[in-house]
Formats: sequence, structure tokens, C-alpha cells
Amino acid sequence: MKLNPLLKLAESLEGLPSDATRSGYGRGVIEAGKNKQVVVLSADLTESCKVDAFQKKYPDRFFLLGVAEQNMMGVAAGLSFTGKIPFVNSFAAFNPGRNFDQLRVSVVMSDANVKVYGGHAGVTVGEDGATHQMLVDLALTRSLPGLIVVIPSDAEEARKATLAIAQKEGPCYLRGGRLKVPTLTTKETPFELGKAEIFVEGTDVTIAACGVLVYEAVLAAQELEKQGISAEVINVHTLQPLDSAALVNSVKKTGCIVTAEEHQINGGLGSAVGEVLSEQHPVPLIRIGMKGFGQSGSGGELLAESGLKAINIVKTVEKLVKKVKS
Amino acid sequence: MKKKTSIKELELRANMIRKSVIQMLAEAKSGHTAGSLGMADIFTALYGTFLHYNPKKPTADDRDYLILSCGHICPVLYATLSSSGFFPEKELLTLRKLGSRLQGHPERNCIPGIETTSGPLGQGISQAAGIALGLRLDKKKNKVVCITSDGEHQEGQVWEAALFIAHQKLDIINIIDRNYIQIGGNTEDSVALGSLKEKYDSFGWNTLEIDGNKMEEIVEGLTKAFQSKGPVAIIANTVPGKGVSFMEHDASWHGRAPNPEQAKEALNELTKIEEGLKK
Repeated sequence: MKLNPLLKLAESLEGLPSDATRSGYGRGVIEAGKNKQVVVLSADLTESCKVDAFQKKYPDRFFLLGVAEQNMMGVAAGLSFTGKIPFVNSFAAFNPGRNFDQLRVSVVMSDANVKVYGGHAGVTVGEDGATHQMLVDLALTRSLPGLIVVIPSDAEEARKATLAIAQKEGPCYLRGGRLKVPTLTTKETPFELGKAEIFVEGTDVTIAACGVLVYEAVLAAQELEKQGISAEVINVHTLQPLDSAALVNSVKKTGCIVTAEEHQINGGLGSAVGEVLSEQHPVPLIRIGMKGFGQSGSGGELLAESGLKAINIVKTVEKLVKKVKS
Repeated sequence: MKKKTSIKELELRANMIRKSVIQMLAEAKSGHTAGSLGMADIFTALYGTFLHYNPKKPTADDRDYLILSCGHICPVLYATLSSSGFFPEKELLTLRKLGSRLQGHPERNCIPGIETTSGPLGQGISQAAGIALGLRLDKKKNKVVCITSDGEHQEGQVWEAALFIAHQKLDIINIIDRNYIQIGGNTEDSVALGSLKEKYDSFGWNTLEIDGNKMEEIVEGLTKAFQSKGPVAIIANTVPGKGVSFMEHDASWHGRAPNPEQAKEALNELTKIEEGLKK
């Protein structure tokens, strides 16, 4: 199996450095901070969201909001009305979980230039347990018209995505994670909001994935190749606006699709892909995602427990391809 | 203070605003009457005397910011903006109608002079805080005035914002419409708010209490507030439905519009007040 050479991804899947998307986000925020209009707000989770470096470098443009996510979102909206570019930081469970109405009204409906960072998202936050494992943020955010929704797959992509949303006028949501995952993209890998990237080209099945499931999907494609199944892996880093053309073009070639995400199976990537394809080019589809709430455990254990590992994608693809070909 | 306008002139203008509110709501057949009438004096004083603005350049850099947090009383804001030259008066009668710029709850930039989207309670005070913070970062001196309602103070977000504003010592004037009603009845029978003055005092705000329907007290209170530094809360005790005898203090008028007969009667009463003021 070969990674798409046009994307200048890592040369090999072996020995990749691991890092969390939150760290890439933190580096991105520092870089974005060269623009003096960028301000950073934190609801008591500064270090967890990796904006502590920004706090040190630009203390005059960093504000502690306390454990008060609703006010934080509103303050960010107000700041944006004076020309600032605020990044609001907390765990996705609270931001946008706790302050969804402030996101809906004060930010998105108001077309406020606010950047929302939902950190520690997904089951991979691990030991903190189900209350802190945000698994419905994508359903919430993609229901808001005009909100850009980004789910970086590794730390380097997270850095680029952060710079991209800082430059993009209008409300944006960026989902970050705590678990260290292999960094598949490089500094040279292109990143454009709204443009899905084909990480692996294939002909038998499309695997559309986002976030930490992108690496798992690539591993799955490697395994499937050994079984004579050619899988195309698409990194759907922008859930909204969705790159429907890339998805339709891929399934025109492969004829079936599996989606994979670290999110409730309803309302996220799988649902978005299903909506677009059923209208534009219906093909058999199987969604992989969370079915219920999580529990305590390590991030890796929970991915396995939840059926979100490469092996689960492999088995699902085998089942689908067999069904489609019979 | 930006302009000198006599107390009597302000009272006459407030009465005209009340008439517009009745006409708009009767035409719209729905909307929030009591709070709109109760706050007419304060809006008139703000736009007549205190706020710096240019209706021809509603987003000018040097404008003061009026943030209406309790968006449901927007009829009084629309009527005041119109009478201050922001848009034609005849447009007032399009309130709540399909395609109108005068939405049932105001939306940011829906019409010149509207700074923020509001209605879901508690959000405006946070936005006002953000605006004040942004202005401070840019070393600007524009005033930020926020209007909140008493019932709105049952929302936790208001208290999150009150803590934050005090901590940051932001220059904000929060005028609280203390009319003791909310949609379901008396505020103290719902979840009692008690003394908002004591609460704001304990949060570290400079707190004033005024009769929000006595123009001299309003002007005196706003003069103090506009000269102050840091957060100022003005507890404005108002009469819901002020000026229309059968609406005053009646919570059922919180979210109800007058029918044509009621509107006629209300306008008659307001005309009598106007004649009395002109004597």
C-alpha cells in the first residue's frame, strides 16, 4: 500500500512520532498570535487546552474566564464585534456542550468571528470517564448553519487547521484530542478548509474517517491490501462544509463506503456522509462510531473497547465488500 | 453628557415613544408590551442626552454601545432608534412581519443601531463585557451600556458575567429593569431575586437605585454612571405597562399585545398625559 505521494505524507507508517492534536493546536495558536487581533480565552483549562504557551508569550491578550463557559462564549462574541479574533478554550464537553445556546445565538447567528476549541474530545480522553468524553459535539456543531467544523487527524494538521481558522472570517469550531497519535502529515502536506484529502487511493471501497480514526483507517487499508481489497482512505478533516464532491467521486469508483469516527454513530461524520450520498450518489454504507456512552480506561483501551480500531474497520469492510460483490 | 435636553422635553419624547410602542404592538398583534412601556423613559434619556452616536454612521468607531440583553423589549428600542433618526418611522409598523427588518427579537445589524442578537436571556451582558474588553485593549473610551431585565437575573450566565466584569473592572453600565414581573407572574413568586442592590454590591459593582420612571432621577443616575469608572449597576425600579392604567403592574401584559380597542384606549390615555405635560 502506498500513501498518496501528492500529499507529502510520512514516508512510512513505521516509527512515526506521536503527538496529541491539542499540542498542534497550541502551537497553531501561538503562530496565529502574531496577528495582534488574536486573543485567547480560557475557562480554567489553560494547560489542558495547551494555550499556556500563548498565555506566557502574550499575557495582555490572554484572559481567564473562570469555570464559566456560557459567559466565555458571550465575551468572545463581544470581543469579535470590536475586531478581535477570540479563541475560546475548554473541553468539548463544556464548549460547546455547556454553552451551545451562546454558540448558536451570540456567535453563529451573529456571524461573530469566534474560534471555538473543543478539547479532550471523544472517548480517547480516557480515564476521566463518560462525563468528560464528548461524543456529540459534531452533531451539535454541524447543525448550525455557517459554522465551520474541523477535526484534525494529527498534531501537525491541527497546527495548520488552527492557522486556517484564524485567517478565515466567521465562526469556526475545532475539535482536539488528548491522546497522542502518530503524526502522518508533514509540514509540506497541504491543508485547505473544506477540502477532504485522499490519503490512500483505492478501488474496492471508500473509508471516510476523521480525527484519530484516520490513522486507524490507513492501517486498515494496509491490512486489507494483504487480503486483495483495495481501500481508498479519505481524511474528512472538515465536516462542515463537507467536501461532497470528493466523497461522490470516490464512491463512483469504489461503489461502497465505510465511515469511521470517534463520536456517537448518529449525527456526526457517518450521518453527514450518508445524507450527501443518499441524495447525490447512493451506495451501500456502514457507519463506525460510538454506540452509547463511554467509561474510564486508557484512550487506547477505550478505542478497542468501543470498536474503533483498525481491526474493526477491516472486519466492517470485509463484510461490506462481500455483500456488495455477492 | 452629550446633549442638553430639558426634563420636560424628555418626558414628552418618552410619551411619544410609548405611543409608538402601542401602535407597533397592536399592528403586530403579538409582542411584549409591559416592559417596553416601562423602559421608555430610560431609553429616551439615553438616546436623548447621554449616548454618543450618529444615526447616519451607525457603526462609527467612536459610537457608544447600547446592548439590549433582554431582547423581548425591543419595541421600545426600535421606536427610540427610529425617533433618533436611525430609520424611517413608518417602518415601525412592520414589526414582526415577514421580511421585516424589525424582527420579533432583535438581530445584530438587522437594522441600523442594533448591535447584538438577543432574546435568549443572559447573553447580552456577556457580549457587553466582551465589547468593553475589546475597547480597553484598543485604548478606546466608548461607553458600553447594557440593559437587562430583573427576570433575566434568574439566568446563571448573568452572574457569571457580573463576576467577570467586576474582576476585570470593566467600564460597563448595566441598567436593570426592576419591574417585578416575568412572563409567569411576579418575580418574587417564581424564584425570588430579593435585593439586586445587595447582590451587585457584594459582587463589587458600584450600585445605584433609581425610580426608572422619574426623568430627574434617571438623568441624575445616568450622569453619575457616565462619570464613573468600572462597573456600575443601576437598579431602575419601573412600572410595567407605565402610562396605560389598565396595563400597569399587570404581569399578564408581559408578553401580550393590545387588541385594537385596547390600543385605542391606551393611546387616549397617553394623549391625555401628553396634553398634561404640554400645559
